[in-house]
Amino acid sequence: MTSTTITPERVESDAPEATQKGQSVPRKEDRRLVQGEGVFIDDVKRHGMGYIHFVRSPYAHAHITSIDVSKAEALPGVYGTLTGEEVASLTEPFFQLAKAPASNLQDYALAVGKVRYVGESIVAVVAETRELARDASELVEIEYDPIAPIVDARMAQGDAPVLHDEAGTNVMWEGSFEWGDLDAAFAEADKVIKIDELHFHRFNSTPLETDGALAEYNRGTGQWTVHCNNQFPGFAAIMMGPALRCGLDKLRFVTQDIGGGFGNKITTHPQLVVCCLLARKLRRPVQWTEWRTDFHMSMSHANERWFLDTEVAVKNDGTLLGFRTKALDDTGAWLRYEPLGCIIWSQVAPGMYRWRNIRVDFTQVATNKAPCSPNRGYSRMQHLWFTERVIDIVAHELDLDPVEVRKLNYVRSDEMPYETPNGCVYDSGDYARMLDIGLELVDYANIDARRADAKARGKLLGLGIGSTLDSGTNNFAQSQLINSDLQFSGNNEVATVKLDIFGEIVVTLGTVPQGQGHETPTSQVVSDILGCSVDDVQVRAGHDSYWNSHAGFSGTYASQFAVTGLGAVKGAADMLASQIKRLGSAVLGAPIEALELAEGSVRIKDNPEVALPFMACGAIINANNAGLPDDLEDVTLNCRYVYKPSFQVPDLERNFGNLTLTYATQIHVAVIEVDPETGYYDIVDYAAVDDCGKRINPRIVEGQVMGATALALGAATWEIYAYDEDGNLLTPNFYDYHVPHALDMPPLKTADIESPSPFTPLGTKGMGEGGGAGIHAICAAVQDALRGNGDAIVSDSHNPYHKVWELLEHPAEAGGHVSVVNA
Amino acid sequence: MEASAPAVSTSRSITVTINGTTYEREVEARKLLIHFIRDDLDLTGSHIGCDTGNCGACSVIVDGTLVKSCMMLAVQADGASIETVEGLADGEELNKLQTAFRSNHALQCGYCTPGMLMSATALLRSNPQPSEGEIKKALQGNICRCTGYWNIFKAVKEASGQ
Repeated sequence: MTSTTITPERVESDAPEATQKGQSVPRKEDRRLVQGEGVFIDDVKRHGMGYIHFVRSPYAHAHITSIDVSKAEALPGVYGTLTGEEVASLTEPFFQLAKAPASNLQDYALAVGKVRYVGESIVAVVAETRELARDASELVEIEYDPIAPIVDARMAQGDAPVLHDEAGTNVMWEGSFEWGDLDAAFAEADKVIKIDELHFHRFNSTPLETDGALAEYNRGTGQWTVHCNNQFPGFAAIMMGPALRCGLDKLRFVTQDIGGGFGNKITTHPQLVVCCLLARKLRRPVQWTEWRTDFHMSMSHANERWFLDTEVAVKNDGTLLGFRTKALDDTGAWLRYEPLGCIIWSQVAPGMYRWRNIRVDFTQVATNKAPCSPNRGYSRMQHLWFTERVIDIVAHELDLDPVEVRKLNYVRSDEMPYETPNGCVYDSGDYARMLDIGLELVDYANIDARRADAKARGKLLGLGIGSTLDSGTNNFAQSQLINSDLQFSGNNEVATVKLDIFGEIVVTLGTVPQGQGHETPTSQVVSDILGCSVDDVQVRAGHDSYWNSHAGFSGTYASQFAVTGLGAVKGAADMLASQIKRLGSAVLGAPIEALELAEGSVRIKDNPEVALPFMACGAIINANNAGLPDDLEDVTLNCRYVYKPSFQVPDLERNFGNLTLTYATQIHVAVIEVDPETGYYDIVDYAAVDDCGKRINPRIVEGQVMGATALALGAATWEIYAYDEDGNLLTPNFYDYHVPHALDMPPLKTADIESPSPFTPLGTKGMGEGGGAGIHAICAAVQDALRGNGDAIVSDSHNPYHKVWELLEHPAEAGGHVSVVNA
Repeated sequence: MEASAPAVSTSRSITVTINGTTYEREVEARKLLIHFIRDDLDLTGSHIGCDTGNCGACSVIVDGTLVKSCMMLAVQADGASIETVEGLADGEELNKLQTAFRSNHALQCGYCTPGMLMSATALLRSNPQPSEGEIKKALQGNICRCTGYWNIFKAVKEASGQ
C-alpha cells in the first residue's frame, strides 16, 4: 500500500529548502526562448542551401502513370528533383513492424507507382528559395489513373479495393485478447448492456512548429548530419539506416529547441530520407520546412477507432464483471509506427477499473487517409475513452450515479501495486480520493441547485468525469505481441555528467525535449546530488548523436522523462559524486565516509574548512594528473549512465505481462451548460486533478496538466480531421481545423496528490499525456446534460455544437444504440 | 515583328528599421514580411506556425501597430519602423513581460512565445491595466498548443502590475 497526501501550496524556489527536487525552479530554457533566441529547425541555415518542396497527390487513391520533372528542372534557380523511382533504386523499403501479410508493404520515402492518400509526397523539388521551389513544383507533370478510395474503416474489408497489393488485404493486423473467464462473468451478471457502436474520431495535437530538417552530406566520410525536430531519433535511426543502406555511424541527428511534438514528430523518417538523398545528390545542404497544410494532410494523425458490438456484464448495483468488444482501428495509408497501436492500448486494458474478464478482438485496417502515428495519449486515449464511455452508459442505463459506479469499480489504493488481468502492474494511486477532490473543486455538493439554476435560465447543466491513466516508460517487448519475430524489449535512456577543467558541471541527455523543459529538472536532480546550485549545472540543449549520450530508445515520447531521463541523470550524477569523493579522500587524506559534497566542493563533514573545490577536482583529473595514486585510475569525472528499468518479455501466448513501469493518473471533472435551442455549450467549471508520484518541478507538472487539458478540450469540441467521400481532407489549415484560442478557454482549477512510484529511482512517474481526460469528461457532461432531454447516448468522441443539437433533436438517430438484457 | 515584352522588375529596394537598426535590401515583390525578417535579416525570433494568418507566431509591431507579418509583403514595410521579440530585452535584462512569462511558466516549447509577447506588448501599451477578458481578447489571434493559455493570462496580468 502506498500513502497518498495532498501536497501543500506551491513552494517558490527562493524558499529555504533542503533539496532542489520538489521546487518550482524557473526554467532555464526560458531565458533564451523569451528573447527569441531559441534555435528551432527553420532557424538553422547553411551557405548555399536549397529549399525542398514536396509535390503531393491530389487523389486519395490512384495509379501514377507518368511523372515528368523536366520543366521544373529547367527553371532557373532550381537545383534538382527527386522522384519515387529514384528513391526505389537508391533505398530499401522501410522495415515493417507488422507481421505478414502487412510486413510485405513496400513503404518508400516517396510514392512509387501509386498514391494512397491526398497529400502523399510524390516528387521533391529543390531550389534556391522557398518560393521558387514551390513555383517549380507546379511545373512537375504527373498523370494519374484514379481508383475508388476507402475512407471508412468499416468498409475496408470484403470487396473493397486493396491499398497494398503486396499485402493482398486492407487488414494490417488482427488479433484477439482474452483475459479472465468471460463465460463466467456473463453468467454471473444481472444485466448485459449492449452498445452497438462507439467511435473515436481522428485528430492530432498540431504542434505550432511543423516538421523540418536541414541535411548535410559529407562526401569524404559518407556521413549525413541531420538537423531536425524529430522527437525520437533512436527510432528514426533504426528506420533510416537500413533504408539508406548505411550504418548508424553515418547518421548524425542534431536537435535543439523543438516547437511542440506531442508524438506527432516521431515518424518523419520518410521526409528525412528524402533530405538525405537530396543532400547527397545535389552536393549541397538541403532544408525542408513543412507547410501547415502539408502537416495536416500527411503527418501523424491519431488513430481513429471504432468499438463494435460491445457487451458489458454488470451486477444490478453497477459492479462491473467484464466486457467484450470488437475494436476496429483505422490506421490510414501506411504503417509508420503502426501496428503498435494495436497493443499499446492494453497497457490500460481495464482502464482504472477492477474488471477481471475482458475480451477485445482487435482489427486494424488501412484506408486512403493520412498515416496514423503516435499522438499525445497514443492508443491508450482511445481505449480509456471507451472504458469511460462504458461506465457512463452503464450508469445511464441502470439509472445509477456515475460517481458511485466509478467509486464502486475503481482499483483501490489498498490494492496497489495492482496487477491487471493482463499482467500490467499499476504502481500506486488513489483514484477515489482524486475524484473526491475534483468533485469538491467544482462544488459537486450543490450540483442539484446549480442544475435548477441553469434550468431557470433555459440551460441544461451537465457534469462529466474523465478518469485516465498515463502509462509511462514502455517495455518495448510489447512489440513482440504484435510480431513475435521483433527483437525489441525493455527500455533505456542515457545521461552523462562530467566535471570539467574549471569546475564546470556539464550534463548531456539522450532525451529530445519539445517544451517539457528537461534542462531544469535535470539541474535540480544533479544539484541535490553534487551539493551545488541549480545555476552551476550546465545542461546541453537538445540531442546530438555525436555526444555518445544516447541509446536505442533515446527520445522524448510516451511519458517517461521523469523516470528514464532523470533515472539516467541520477545514475550518472551518483557515479560522479562517488568519484569526486574518492579523489577528495586521496587529496584531503580523509576516509570517504567522512566527506560530503556541499557548496561546490568536496569537504570534511566535521571540518568544512578542509575542502577541495570542484574547480580543483576538475583540474587535477583533466590537466594535472601526474602522480595520482593507482587506485584512482578509473576516476575520469566523466560519467555515463544507462538507466534500464527491470522488465521481462511478456507471455506471448497469453498476451500477459507488464508493459509499462508507471501509471500516472488524471481525473477531470467538467460542468457544462448547453443551450437547448442551438446545442452550443459553455464549460462553466472544470477541475483537473493529477497524481504523478513525486514531482521534481511541480510547476512544470502543472503546465503539462494544463496543456493536455487544452488539447483534449479542443479535440472534444472542435478538432477533427474530416474527409469527404473522395478522400479529401476538409480541415487542412487552422481556419477549418479550429484549435482552442484564448477566448475558448474555460476557468480551470487544478489540484494534485502524490503517490510515489515504488518502482522508479526518484518515486516519479512519467506524466505528459494525460490520456485525453478532457474528451471523456466532455462526452460524459453532454450525456448528463441531455438526461431527461431526449436521453441521447453520446457515442462519438467529437461533439461540436451542431452534433449536440442533433443529439437533442434526434436522440435516437444521432446517439448511440444501447440495449439492456436481463442475464 | 513582335515587340519583346518590356522587362518587368519583380523586386525592389526597401529600407526598414528593426529594433533601431536600419536595413536596406533588395527584395522580391512577393516576399512576405516574415520571410524577409527571418531569411534575409536572420532575425529568427519571430516564427511561422500556420501560413494563413491564424496563429500569430509571426506577430511584430509595425509603426506602432500589431501585425501578423505573414499577412504583409516586405515591400509594404518600406520605410517602416518594426519591433520584434529581439528588441524587448535591455541587453541581458529581460523586460517585465518576459520576466512574468518566465516566472508564471507561461511558455513550454517557446515557439508561440515571441508572437504572444508582441501581442501582449501592444495590449499593455494601449491598455496598461487590462481585465482578464481584455487580455483574452487581445491574445485571441495567437495560438499556443502547449500551455492552454491560463499561465499566459496570469503572466500578462502580473506584468501589468495587477
